[in-house]
Amino acid sequence: MTTTLRFRYAKLGKVRFTSHRDVARMWERALRRSGLPVAWSKGFSPRPLLSFGYALPTGCESVAEYLDVHLAEEEGTPDRPDGEQSETSADEQRPWSPAGCVAALPGRLSPLLPQGVDVLAVGKLGDGVDSLQQAVTSCSWELEVLGVPAEELATRVEDLLDARSAVLRRERNGLQADGDLRPSVRALTVLGAVDDVPGQKVARCRLHAELATQPRGLRVAELVQRLGADLTLVRACRTQQWIERDGIRCDPLAMTGRAEDSFHAPHAEGRAS
Amino acid sequence: MDSLWSSIEPLLDGVSTPGRYVGGELGARSPVHDPGRVSWLLVYPDTYEIGLPNQGLQILYELLNERPDSLAERAYAPWVDMEAALRGAGLPLFSLENHLPARAFDVIAFNLSAELVYTNVLNLIDLAGMAVRASERAAGDPIVIAGGHCAFNPEPLAEFIDAFAIGDGEEVVGEINETLAAHRGTDERWSDRAAVLRSLAEIEGVYVPSLYEAHFANGRLLGVSPRLPDVPATVSKRTVADLADWPYPRQQLVPLIEVVHDRLNVEVFRGCTRGCRFCQAGMITRPVRERPAEQVFTMVQSGLERTGYDEVALTSLSTADFSGIEDTVRRIISDPQHGEHVAVSLPSLRVDAFTVGTAAEISRVRRTGLTFAPEGGTWRMRRVINKLIREEDLYGAVDAAFSQGWRRVKLYFLIGLPTERDEDVIGIAVLAKRCVEIGRRYHRSPTVTVSVGGFVPKPQTPFQWHGQDTIGELRRKIDLLRRACRGVRGLTLRWHDPEATAVEGLVSRGDRRVGAVIERVWRAGGTFQEWSERFDLRLWLDALAAEGLCLDDVVHRSRDRDEVLAWDHISAGLHRDFLWSDYQDSLNEAVVEDCRWTPCYDCGACTSGALEHVVASPVPPAGGSQGTGQDLSCGDRVPVRVLGR
Repeated sequence: MTTTLRFRYAKLGKVRFTSHRDVARMWERALRRSGLPVAWSKGFSPRPLLSFGYALPTGCESVAEYLDVHLAEEEGTPDRPDGEQSETSADEQRPWSPAGCVAALPGRLSPLLPQGVDVLAVGKLGDGVDSLQQAVTSCSWELEVLGVPAEELATRVEDLLDARSAVLRRERNGLQADGDLRPSVRALTVLGAVDDVPGQKVARCRLHAELATQPRGLRVAELVQRLGADLTLVRACRTQQWIERDGIRCDPLAMTGRAEDSFHAPHAEGRAS
Repeated sequence: MDSLWSSIEPLLDGVSTPGRYVGGELGARSPVHDPGRVSWLLVYPDTYEIGLPNQGLQILYELLNERPDSLAERAYAPWVDMEAALRGAGLPLFSLENHLPARAFDVIAFNLSAELVYTNVLNLIDLAGMAVRASERAAGDPIVIAGGHCAFNPEPLAEFIDAFAIGDGEEVVGEINETLAAHRGTDERWSDRAAVLRSLAEIEGVYVPSLYEAHFANGRLLGVSPRLPDVPATVSKRTVADLADWPYPRQQLVPLIEVVHDRLNVEVFRGCTRGCRFCQAGMITRPVRERPAEQVFTMVQSGLERTGYDEVALTSLSTADFSGIEDTVRRIISDPQHGEHVAVSLPSLRVDAFTVGTAAEISRVRRTGLTFAPEGGTWRMRRVINKLIREEDLYGAVDAAFSQGWRRVKLYFLIGLPTERDEDVIGIAVLAKRCVEIGRRYHRSPTVTVSVGGFVPKPQTPFQWHGQDTIGELRRKIDLLRRACRGVRGLTLRWHDPEATAVEGLVSRGDRRVGAVIERVWRAGGTFQEWSERFDLRLWLDALAAEGLCLDDVVHRSRDRDEVLAWDHISAGLHRDFLWSDYQDSLNEAVVEDCRWTPCYDCGACTSGALEHVVASPVPPAGGSQGTGQDLSCGDRVPVRVLGR
């Protein structure tokens, strides 16, 4: 059996202006520096086996990004329970020893990643877990928009939620097509006005949204566009990804099986919140 | 000085690739500004992706940030969408580290690696909020400096740059800094701007164009001479004697977004004496100075560990000529610390089977394509340019490449070379077709890509007198080649736009009058001219006409031996009569050998700077000179200093 680790990480601040692919390359470099024995694909052009979840649009922040890292099997390593302290000095000399280190990984990886990318938690995946792309069904977002006062925005939100369908012309792969975005809006609420931004003249509001990723994903920019052409999205932060199965919604790290198999980094989580 | 970040941030949602403007690279510093440190803004006048990997800029960045009396931040040319956003918001060019306005710096220093970026240089000076013409700048404005290979003909930019640094920058940058520190005023930035420039001109290798006058008569340059008696008539390049003293960059920048050459780069030697007559880099960077193999290995090892890169390029003008190259690469790939997935790339492969063997051994991962540069289509042509590759060498190299797993081979050629005949052009197609046939022995669908550039005669080379082919002539030759390559499956022909080649010729060999042309093109919106989607010949032709100049005179006309050249007062150490006699030899198809391993032919590069080659081995590497198999070692008459470390 091969081991797969699932990381949860944040992307906050200036680094949010990098793309999903850029973040993938940051992780590849950080993992190489960490000495973690990442498995590589076979064939003509081998790549490290990493699987990322839904791409975060360039410019958006997140405290809920996920990454699965497939580890190479290490020969001759006794299968010790996770979390147990390694007792040999030989272990210290190796860049990474599979035993006893999972809990320490967030703290070890964050300094190897650019400022703003912080590892929040990690867990070992059980066998047969779906990939993030297959499994994640919706994402929660915190949005800030400029343009109209909170009351006006609340009316538009109500109208949208009351509507049976909400058609929007959108572009995918260079093709324009009309699509109904209403089924993708799982939840939408106005959290209130933001009035602590110095020098601000236009009304600014905070929203919470939960948007489906399946069967068709809805982008936050498209949602804001539908709420009104007079609105500008100035801030978007993904706060949670959800996996829903049989009516039960859970966090992707809950898929790691036993609760004791996942480890959180309280300091990084504190910074990220 | 306040950061502009809060004003810049809202613009980034509306521009392409916003990661260009945020900084945050591994290895980036955030220097603290204080009056005791001269502040430099190092600018690469092209996009972030092109400019970030530039090693010259990174070396100076580290050196200036290590010194107690200086600091450096960086800027790159904002793409047109970002420039429009900045101008729309009334914001200037800014630094990436602290997001400070460019004018907050004492020095704005440009890297000039390509001529077509010159309009960007003007645009960036303007975006910084200064007058583009040096003579119109305010007393307290930053000093505008430029360096890099293009500074070997500084005249087209002479009206816009306060001072040029000619040659290697490692030593001179410190001397410039000390001079500037001595002139810092208490209220104003400079106690006396004119005095600053006079003092800079006293530094060896620094050219202050405003202290020189260009004389013209009947539309011809008569000479560029000092306005004052104590200003040197000729400015000679600076050369670092021993690369071992400069193990930089120690902390190569690792960008957040993808850039060109996105890998660890370690310079293994500087200078090249292969003697290719078209190659400006090979002429102006002599002599050869090798880095000790041990230092190369240490830089690779620490660099990979620090950056997390899985690829290292050993850079130079001809890396296969590095003494003991095989041992060095073998040691890198067998180092257990790097694991099995580290790739070593040799960006400038010599054309011979031996070199391919080494390349095969070291690129166990990601074997995508191999590139060779025979440059000329026939042996005669290659003798003219002194690129001594025989057909057997090329076919042997290509056979080795295809047989060892590569499926794509790329071949670089020049057209428009001196003495070129149509059969030389068609010879390119003949070679390429044969390479495809060789590939079919090993693969079902091998690919050979032929990339053809128009030859631009460059200053400080034997071809500096030679008239460049016209746009029409280059087009005719490309058509010849297209017809000759037609219908061959697996053969792809690519060519450089002859119009852009003509303009490159204009700004490469232009004199001071071309400055006004560059300014007109910039004022008409002609930025990013090296980007094909932005290049516009019309702007250049209009500007030339307005200034009473024409391409024929500057670009396509061959000069006489005694005609004054715009860069005659700038010396790369090469004797003018050496360059002329090498030019005459080339017209007679006479070749010269590599002086690393043969007796000196007195080009001047070593003797004018009291320098020597620094190499670890006085004998040519296996594979011979460009693969010709000749024994080129001639015993103890070779003027090399053999590394004894």
